[in-house]
Formats: sequence, structure tokens, C-alpha cells
Amino acid sequence: MSSQTTPAAPMKAPSSGPSERNVPVKAVLISLLVILVNIVVHGAIFLFFRDSGLNPLVTAFLAVLWGVLGVYEIYYSLNWAAEQYPDRVRRKVLPIIFIGPAILLLGWLVFMPALRTLYLSFFNAASDQFVGLDNYAAIFSDRLMGIALRNNLLWVFIGTLACVTLGLLIAILADRSSFEKLAKSIIFMPMAISFVAAGVIWKFVYYYQPGNEQIGLLNAIVTFFGGEPQAWTSMLQPWNNLFLILILIWMQTGFAMVIFSAAIKGVPEDILEAARVDGAGEIKIFFRIMIPYISGTILTVTTTIIVFTLKIFDVVMVMTGGQYDTEVVATQFYRQFFMYRNFGYGSTLAIVLLIAVIPVIIINLRQFRKQGGF
Amino acid sequence: MVGRKKRKSSKLLVNLVLGFICLIWLVPTLGLFISSFRPAADILSTGWWKVFPHQSWVKSGETVQLSEDLDLREPIEVGGKTFTDEQLKSGVMVDGERLMWENRRARTLSVMEQGWQFNPALTLDNYKNVLSGKEYRLKAADGSETVQRGSGLSQAFWNTLTIAVPATVIPVLIASFAAYAFAWLRFPGRKTIFAIIIAMLVIPLQVALIPVLKDYTALGLNGSYLGIWLAHTAFGLPLVTYFMYNFISQLPKDLFESAFIDGASHFTIFSRLILPLSVPALASIGIFQFLWVWNDYLVSLIFIGNRPDVQVMSMKIADLVGSRGNDWHLLTSAAFISMLMPLAIFFLLQKYFVRGLMGGSVKG
Repeated sequence: MSSQTTPAAPMKAPSSGPSERNVPVKAVLISLLVILVNIVVHGAIFLFFRDSGLNPLVTAFLAVLWGVLGVYEIYYSLNWAAEQYPDRVRRKVLPIIFIGPAILLLGWLVFMPALRTLYLSFFNAASDQFVGLDNYAAIFSDRLMGIALRNNLLWVFIGTLACVTLGLLIAILADRSSFEKLAKSIIFMPMAISFVAAGVIWKFVYYYQPGNEQIGLLNAIVTFFGGEPQAWTSMLQPWNNLFLILILIWMQTGFAMVIFSAAIKGVPEDILEAARVDGAGEIKIFFRIMIPYISGTILTVTTTIIVFTLKIFDVVMVMTGGQYDTEVVATQFYRQFFMYRNFGYGSTLAIVLLIAVIPVIIINLRQFRKQGGF
Repeated sequence: MVGRKKRKSSKLLVNLVLGFICLIWLVPTLGLFISSFRPAADILSTGWWKVFPHQSWVKSGETVQLSEDLDLREPIEVGGKTFTDEQLKSGVMVDGERLMWENRRARTLSVMEQGWQFNPALTLDNYKNVLSGKEYRLKAADGSETVQRGSGLSQAFWNTLTIAVPATVIPVLIASFAAYAFAWLRFPGRKTIFAIIIAMLVIPLQVALIPVLKDYTALGLNGSYLGIWLAHTAFGLPLVTYFMYNFISQLPKDLFESAFIDGASHFTIFSRLILPLSVPALASIGIFQFLWVWNDYLVSLIFIGNRPDVQVMSMKIADLVGSRGNDWHLLTSAAFISMLMPLAIFFLLQKYFVRGLMGGSVKG
């Protein structure tokens, strides 16, 4: 990256001159060569890692080195190739180099797969026979699917409602308490851990064994007050879903709280003060001033949590594996695809999830345009 | 503020309520943490809160001898009251003392008294076991014994790190290049492409899994580091690009102009000027992406499958839950090991993490 490799100032370079008419054969050859060398080198490294029987720690270290330096090297070499062209061509090539890798990856691994999944959803289990909308019709006649849809609705409604209200409540309490930072840290902490770890934590809280001595916290509390111990996540259908949703609330309330907390601090103090002078109570201030003021934030947080709960997978998978009528759409998808090898129906379930988030996509785009994104 | 300070009693109430909520939030994790240090047998026999000093019934050493030919199927008379055999098994109260079978066949009852108990047996064995794997003794046909170790968590820990570091750096770098181009280069299709990327923010990744898995199987990328890096990169790119765009597009224009006058190319400006300036933003979104990858279960489950040498921790723990649902000593310590990295990052870099999260609030 020394100044030798960047000889020209691209913005102020004049776009006329005799050399510009020549086809830069040398530059084209160089760029083709650079691309080829990149493919060969990284392909070779990939094969080396796949076939090598190195010590796992050495492999890990080398792999990290390759992954991190490799990307930069690709950009660097492509940019170097682009600098062999005359200015006018280079200015057209440069954006392609800058956004190219992002577009390629998104196209290959997100955009095209989404279209291919849509296509697969019109085919049968083995993807060799066109069945039209049969898979979509099957969703409404499948008993398990009915339960999964019901549960997903439960997750979205109860989970989102609880996260948003609790988050708002805690944000306001924390704002007025004497240990705001500590409280926010504690509530927020579950956000950082994985759903799998959270699953273990709560499995232990809900643990049930027959007899008087309970090692699960919830059952110990229940027996302490003279109640009967319960198998919370399996036998209490359909209430067991609520105990799974509780885990989501425990994890996601911190997210809502942090964002609401920032929004509340943005409410101008003089408006609140004026309301107090006029004799408005705290509750009235909350509903008449705070809520309208942060309504935009509430909308954002709500949509985020809705999208998140729609796709809920890990919690259910770890806690019950979808047994005891706790199945949701995402676990059904996994089951159909990986256990029953029903590619058509599995794809259909993925598309159902996609359809469910389309309103959110539209809201996002509108929001972005409103913010003057472009 | 003045008005607020006046209400002292309401502040106390606020503190109490919030303190109670915080306690509820903290207790489940605390239970896991304490249990992970308890011996396996203790975890299964008593609750984790019993490591704290607590009152319980302890044997006073005295025993009560009942007549040897007592019929256990009949009501049994002790100290003027009658009990059944079942009741005596779990203990009965007589005059402030607790009686329980000491030896049922010899017909002796032991007398127990209330007393404070504090004997926390804590151990690091769970961590040793779960990190290095359990030992299995295998007997071969010729009678010789070999000791084999099951795969432990330490391998999975390194795998997770090997996956998470590049799966953070690669998307952040690629997205920064793209964000720079979207913000400061002019090219046809700029707006349309960026709108598509924003639309991708909330696409459920389930939609992409099946076709990508087919491609990976065809290319031999399944279960390889490169494959999972690319998958995480692609799934994280929309958010990271959006976040970096918001930052890079806000940088002052003069910065670029003076650099151009000095004859710098876009690549030089990007790597010498923009990247160093963006360090706070890079840290925020990097931490977010790192934790996302570190905590991920679904993507690894699908693209790594059951290749044991590249399995990540979340898969290992989920396996433990499934296959050894009652081995709480292993589960609790394994879960806590997997939480170490996120918790360390959370407490050390909380500021950046929160910022990344707020920027990522549009992601589903």
C-alpha cells in the first residue's frame, strides 16, 4: 500500500488522452491472472486443510490466519489488478471489486437459495414431481402443523407482549432507582449467552423428580408452599409452552430494556416538568407523554422481537425436542427436512416463515427511506 | 429532577421492586454456577441452595427401640401417637423432635433435632471431566484393558474459536468494503442493490438452508471450516453492511477530498483512513457478530452435522442434554464453560456490545 502502488489521483484525472483508446491488453491479462492465482491458491489451502491430519490446535491457528489474512489479500490483489487499467476503466471496475464479494456471497448463499426454496416448495418429498400447492394445503390439514402454528402464535403474542411491557417497566424503574447501571447489567446479561446454555439453566430450574426432595428450584418452591411437584415442560399441556416462553422472556427483556432506556432518556425534561407543574400524576405522564414520545422505538423493538420469536428454534429443540406438543414451525422444518427427508414440505415451512416476515421487510424499507437513506 | 428527589418513599419502593426483579433474573444463572462445582451425587440429592448455611434435621445420636415383633402393616404407636410405616419412612414429628427409621428391620427409630448445617462440598472434578472427556475402560477379547477418553469440551472450545474469529473478521471486512462503496462511490444499481440488502436483514435463514446444504455437499464444503465461515458470513452480511453503512456514510466529506488531493486511491483511503476511523463501529458490530456466531446452534447443526472433529460447543451441550439429561454435573459445568466467553465479553466490552445491539435492532 505504499505510494508507488497508487500512482494516480483518480478523481481529478482528465478522462481524455491518446492512450485511453488502446485496449489495455496487458491489464486484462493481469487481472485474469490475479483471479486465477487467487482461486488456485485458496483452493489449494482449502484442500490442504481438508486432507491434513495436523494437530487440531495448529490447524485452528493456521485456519484463523488463513481466514483473516486471506480476505484482505483477495481485496488487495484485485485492487492491484484494477490499478493496471487507465483511470476511466478503473473507476468502473473499482465499485465491482468493493461490493463484488458481498454480492457474490449474498447471491449464492441467501438470495438464490431463497428462490430455490420457493421452487422446491412446489415439489414432492424427493423433489422430482411437481405437486403445485399441495404442500401448502397440507399445512392446514396436518395435526402437528396445527399445533406448531398455534404454538408459534403463542410465542409471538405472549413472548413479545411480555418482553416489551417488562422491558419498558424495568427501564422506567431503573431510570428512577439508585442502582441503575447494576440493574441494567443484570437484566441484560442473559442476552449474551446462548439459547443452548439458557436451555440448560432453565431445564435445571424446571427439573422434576418424584418425591419430597426437589432439586429443581421451581418445584422446591412449590413443595415448600405445600403444592405438588410438576413436570413443568412435559406433562402440563398446553401450559408447558408458557414455561418455554418464559426462557425467551428472560433472555430478550434485557434487549427491550436497553433500547427503551435510551429512548426514555431522550424525552425532554422540560416537557415532563411542565406536566408535573400542571399537576399530572406519574401514571398519567407515563401514558400521555412518555408512550407517545417513544412510540417509534416501541414499534422497532416489537417488530424485532416478533421476527425473532417467529423463528424460535434452539429453545424448543434443547428443552423438549418438540415433544409434548411444544412443536413450532422452525422445529417442524428441521424435522421434515433432516429426519423425514421431505424436501418439499420442509421448503414450504421455510417459505411460511418468510411470508410471515414480509410485513417487517416492508416496514424496514419504508423506515430507511424516511430516514433519508438515499 | 428536583421533583423526583422529593419522593423518597416512592424511590424506596422503586428500589425494592427493581431489586426483586433483578434477583429473579439472577437466580437461575446462580443455580447453574453453584451446581457446576458440586459433586454429582450432591446435585442429584439436594438442591443447590443447600450449599448456603441452612436449618435442617440432623441426627442427635439417640435412638428409640420399638418392640422387635412389631407388625409394620399395622398402625405403629410412638410417644402416644400412632403412625403408619410410610409416615415413619419420611419422618414424623413428636414433641418438637423428628423421628425416622434408623433401622427398619431392627425396629429402631433415630431421633433428629433442628440444627444449622453448613457443609458445602465443592469440587472442580466436573470441569476436569467435561473438558477432557470421560474415561472408558474397554476390555479386549484377550483380557487386556485399554483406557479410552470420550471427546471432551476442550476440542469443541477450540473449534468454536476457530469458527468464530474468521466468521467475525471476514464479514466485517467484506461489509466495510461494500459499505464504503455504497456510501462514497457512484455506480449504476447502487440504490436497488442496497434496498435488496436491507430487505435481507430479516429473511429467516431457514429459507436458505436446504439449497445451500445441497451446494455444500456437491462442493465438499460440508463440515469444513471454510464452509461454515462462508455461511456465517453470508447470514451476517446484511446486518453488518447496514451498520457499517450508517457509520461510514456519516463521515465528513472533507476528509475524502483532502485525501484525494494528496493523490490517494480509494483502496488507500479505505485501509489507511476509513478503517482506523471506524474502529468503534467495527468493535461494536464485530462483538455482536462474534457472539452471534459463538452462540449459534442451528447453522452449525446443519453445516457441521455429526463430524465430531469440528463440532462446536453448543452442539456438544445440546447432545449432552439429549443423551445424558440427568448428568447435571456435566451439563452445568459444560454450559458454564460455554458461557465464559460471552460473559467475559459482556462485562469487559459492554459499551460496544450495547451499541452493536442497538444498531442491530432491525435484524431478526
